[in-house]
Amino acid sequence: MIPAPFAYARPTTVEEALQAIADGGEDVKVLAGGQSLIPVMRLRLAAPETLVDLTRVAELRGVREEGDELVIGAMTTHADVLTDPLLAQYGQLIVQATETVADRQVRRRGTFGGALAHADPAGDLPAVALALDAEFVLAGPGGRRTVPAAEFFVDYLTTTLEEGELLVEIRVPKLGEGWGVRYEKFNRVAQAWSIVAVAAAVRREDGRIAEARIGLTNMGPTPLRASATEAALVGVDVSMETVTAAAAQAAEGTSPSNDLNAQADYRQHLAQVLTRRAVAAAVGL
Amino acid sequence: MTQINVRVDGASYTDDVEPRTLLVHYLREQLGKVGTVVGCDTSNCGACTVHLDGQAVKSCTVFAVQADGCQVTTIEGVATGEGESATLHPVQRAFHEMHGLQCGFCTPGMIMASIDLLKENPDPSDEEVREGIEGNLCRCTGYQNIVRAVRQAAAEMSGTAADDPQAQPAAVDTAATEHVAAQA
Repeated sequence: MIPAPFAYARPTTVEEALQAIADGGEDVKVLAGGQSLIPVMRLRLAAPETLVDLTRVAELRGVREEGDELVIGAMTTHADVLTDPLLAQYGQLIVQATETVADRQVRRRGTFGGALAHADPAGDLPAVALALDAEFVLAGPGGRRTVPAAEFFVDYLTTTLEEGELLVEIRVPKLGEGWGVRYEKFNRVAQAWSIVAVAAAVRREDGRIAEARIGLTNMGPTPLRASATEAALVGVDVSMETVTAAAAQAAEGTSPSNDLNAQADYRQHLAQVLTRRAVAAAVGL
Repeated sequence: MTQINVRVDGASYTDDVEPRTLLVHYLREQLGKVGTVVGCDTSNCGACTVHLDGQAVKSCTVFAVQADGCQVTTIEGVATGEGESATLHPVQRAFHEMHGLQCGFCTPGMIMASIDLLKENPDPSDEEVREGIEGNLCRCTGYQNIVRAVRQAAAEMSGTAADDPQAQPAAVDTAATEHVAAQA
């Protein structure tokens, strides 16, 4: 199908983009890579009055380092992520999850910021951002504000972005020496969404687990942390027994949906299994 | 209407398009480049894959206005030369020789995705080929001969094509042979 008509704006700077959003009328949509939005518009599930295309806003694309953090521009494509040297060194969890996103063609257009702002609970990157305690930099008419990942994701397909605001960059801590990571995704066929997935980053120190960050994909209307498992892992010896025991708590506090792919109890089972696998792989077991 | 300037398969075009016009519809309906096909409504099938500034994209999931100032290569632009004297692209030739198609509807997208894959990974394993073309669906072949075709093309493009006994299209289903013969 063909989308409903819309007015089209193609800014080249963040300032111009904010102006275009402000001038765009009642129903403005921001077009990042378009790999979720354009299909939705084709099905006429969305029919915005104005589309503000960020593809040519060069300042939003790319990865840079600032002290202990990596700063990822919202319009950095998934394909960019997979070839970026800084992410290769300090952002392997993001790289691993991005490798599983959709397919080659979609990864050429789809963007890191677009996937986060879309906030699909089955999307792979929100749980990673949450596990990393990423910070989201939002630009609006009144200036910029920074929101932690735990506050950015509000509900199903809903973020804290206000009307007139734009996600411009995402700041994540560099994971260096001592950290191991793994993104474990469970789906049935190529290019499918996660039924459940687990993002784990674990830091080892002297044979023990010093710190664990675990994000859950598709275990509720927003990405979630497996907090009970994280707490249970801190200070334990690295062994399959301790990891298995901690992973058994991975589904605590989750509220996954029932759908054609899986019932809620099956998703909770998967969360435990995938957490065990992800943590074990992250610590090198 | 918005004016766009694009280069498609080596020729320059200036056209007015509605912003909502998808790139694939512009290519097919305004330029007559019907080699690029539409296979689905959900961005899953990959049949409409073209190269936008050298990168494989699904042309049903890009607006024509977004191609303004860009180079587009479709399946119609990968062979060299014209008409009788045209030389197929090695990937096109390999799909022909390895019988990497049955109905042929997915083939333009398969070839465009495969060319993109081989640019990044000139010598993919079977598994890497399968992952590389995961964005393209074929409902006929079971992918066996498509994978063979891509590997054959890879060998040819890197100049290492040898007398590899693997480099054959899959044998016909012998269980069906007698039925076919009986009908003849």
